[in-house]
Amino acid sequence: MKIHEYQAKEILKGYGVPVPRGRMTTQAAEVYDLAKEMGGTVVVKAQIHAGGRGKAGGVKLARSPREAQDIATRLLGSRLFTHQTGPEGKQVQKLLIEEGLNIKKEYYLGIVVDRSRRQPVFMASAEGGVEIEEVAARNPAAILKEHIDPQIGLSPFQSRKLAFGLGLPPALVGQAVKVFAALYDAFVATDASMVEINPFIETAEGNLIALDAKVNFDDNALYRHPEFRLLRDYSEEDPLEIEASRFGLNYIKLDGNIGCMVNGAGLAMATMDIIKLAGGNPANFLDVGGGASEESVTSAFRIILSDPHVQAILVNIFGGIVRCDIIARGIINAAKAVGVKVPIVVRLEGTNVDEGRRLLQESGLNIALADGMKDAAEKVVAKARA
Amino acid sequence: MAILIDQNTRVVVQGLTGREGTYHALQCRQYGTQVVAGVTPGKGGTIHEGIPVFHTVAEAVRETGANASLIFVPPPFAADAILEAADAGVALVVCITEGIPTLEMIRVAAYLKGRPVRLVGPNCPGVISPGKCKMGIMPARIHKEGSVGVISRSGTLTYEAVGQLTRCEIGQSTCIGIGGDPVPGTTFVDALALFEQDPETRAVVMIGEIGGSAEEEAVAWMQQHFTKPVVSFIAGQTAPPGRRMGHAGAIIAGGKGTAAEKMAALRAAGITVVESPAEIGAAMKKILRG
Repeated sequence: MKIHEYQAKEILKGYGVPVPRGRMTTQAAEVYDLAKEMGGTVVVKAQIHAGGRGKAGGVKLARSPREAQDIATRLLGSRLFTHQTGPEGKQVQKLLIEEGLNIKKEYYLGIVVDRSRRQPVFMASAEGGVEIEEVAARNPAAILKEHIDPQIGLSPFQSRKLAFGLGLPPALVGQAVKVFAALYDAFVATDASMVEINPFIETAEGNLIALDAKVNFDDNALYRHPEFRLLRDYSEEDPLEIEASRFGLNYIKLDGNIGCMVNGAGLAMATMDIIKLAGGNPANFLDVGGGASEESVTSAFRIILSDPHVQAILVNIFGGIVRCDIIARGIINAAKAVGVKVPIVVRLEGTNVDEGRRLLQESGLNIALADGMKDAAEKVVAKARA
Repeated sequence: MAILIDQNTRVVVQGLTGREGTYHALQCRQYGTQVVAGVTPGKGGTIHEGIPVFHTVAEAVRETGANASLIFVPPPFAADAILEAADAGVALVVCITEGIPTLEMIRVAAYLKGRPVRLVGPNCPGVISPGKCKMGIMPARIHKEGSVGVISRSGTLTYEAVGQLTRCEIGQSTCIGIGGDPVPGTTFVDALALFEQDPETRAVVMIGEIGGSAEEEAVAWMQQHFTKPVVSFIAGQTAPPGRRMGHAGAIIAGGKGTAAEKMAALRAAGITVVESPAEIGAAMKKILRG
């Protein structure tokens, strides 16, 4: 789960990470007073769930309250296009107004889970303010790493290694050690999958401050953080994906025209792949779950058909332990209940497959049966073209 | 022969009395697996579907000689269930549960390190040695006893691959679902090392997917240590970056973990990579014919 910068900063501040003074607003009219309150010079930052905002014009320095208000008026309601927003961009609905600071140097800090080491890793770089992927590709040695034993936590000596490694002035190392520890505490306590401060700045006055902040939460851990539900910004998500999540379906919208309904995430990805190989384009990823119950299949049809680009649907169910005749009945009832008009190609595998196929054939619906994944992909691509 | 489980495996099911636990434990028993005990705290001393139930895994192990645990415990309690099984001294823990927080699994991994226990999963279909023992939720009938090992991060896609092998008259020695989470107990490298040691496994099907670098690590290891032919498929060639594709671990992050990278690494090491998931069986057939 993603949250906004202003929310991330609020959380980090609670764990002792210093952040600039700032306020979130959705009203341009408020910005003049906010800017004045913060000393006149402020940074106006568009709050969207995507990186690359600076380059796209979403982060602007204002030298007066008037200028801040003008920038805010321009930004609110406009669309930002960054390398992470996709071609449709993201509409700006919220702004963070922050005090301007005297930046002396920019650094990078990040904590993620290193999957191969099975440990969190604290990363730091003196090349702050640029995309860390870029640094990793160009100069991997510029990224310092400390792996953290989860039973011990981040030790002060590790923070010192990082701080001295970054070339921080020795007088600031004590301050850095405290901030790094606070950052790791926040990472663990919130079950984050990623915490990133880019840039982490040293000011001319000798303070270390998180000038930007990105926090993503582990979806698997949300059950033990009910308070995070309030942080979810539905306007940042695809409405169909929100709808799908209400039914417990894993749905991701793509830009093709062949709807996919598959049981199991790996098989769902493989189904998208084979559609592409057959010359088609998948309209979505959709995992109805291992069991493929009538209920989940019904909601899946509804979601898939809400996408107006869908011209044919491929249903690929590997029956597992659930019998195919039961799944077939579910597909038929669901297709009838939803009133599916586009052609459907069904590939069913499992016990009682013959009975399942017979039911589908005699259903009177526009359903073509497929034998195996290749046949299914070829048939659905042909139907989508017809 | 097979790896991890066979006729002598004695299984305790944690979460036996729940709906899923009961259903799958009975399916495993029907296949021939020795399901010797169940554990549900508070229900110890009862008999469930003919299986004795204990309060703790330690008690179950002591009373029944169970040497492997199969876990169907809900996500908030599953990490603790894994620790309990490891503490009780079973040699193998298979965790089916999906949805355990990653930081919980990191603590579990640290605890298990150096202990004489192997964890498979979580978020996996389990392990089957066809004709001998089934410890998981996979449909038994698609399997056939034989000499090809299968390792996969997926559930139903593994069934797809196994179904193809069986249709090609190619049996399997053992099929391991290592699971779709970012921090799995058993990795491709671990499973490959076991298959390398197994004289009856002649070849291996390896099914990877986007996210992380487990496939690349497997390639690096295989180049040094693995002598058997491998057929590989990587799911998610069309997956968009930055999106979690169902599995917690299936995400292209920071441009890393793409299918294209993994396929290139496998091919560079001379491993057969099929582009289409429909060609896994046929590719293995070709290899076994020589």
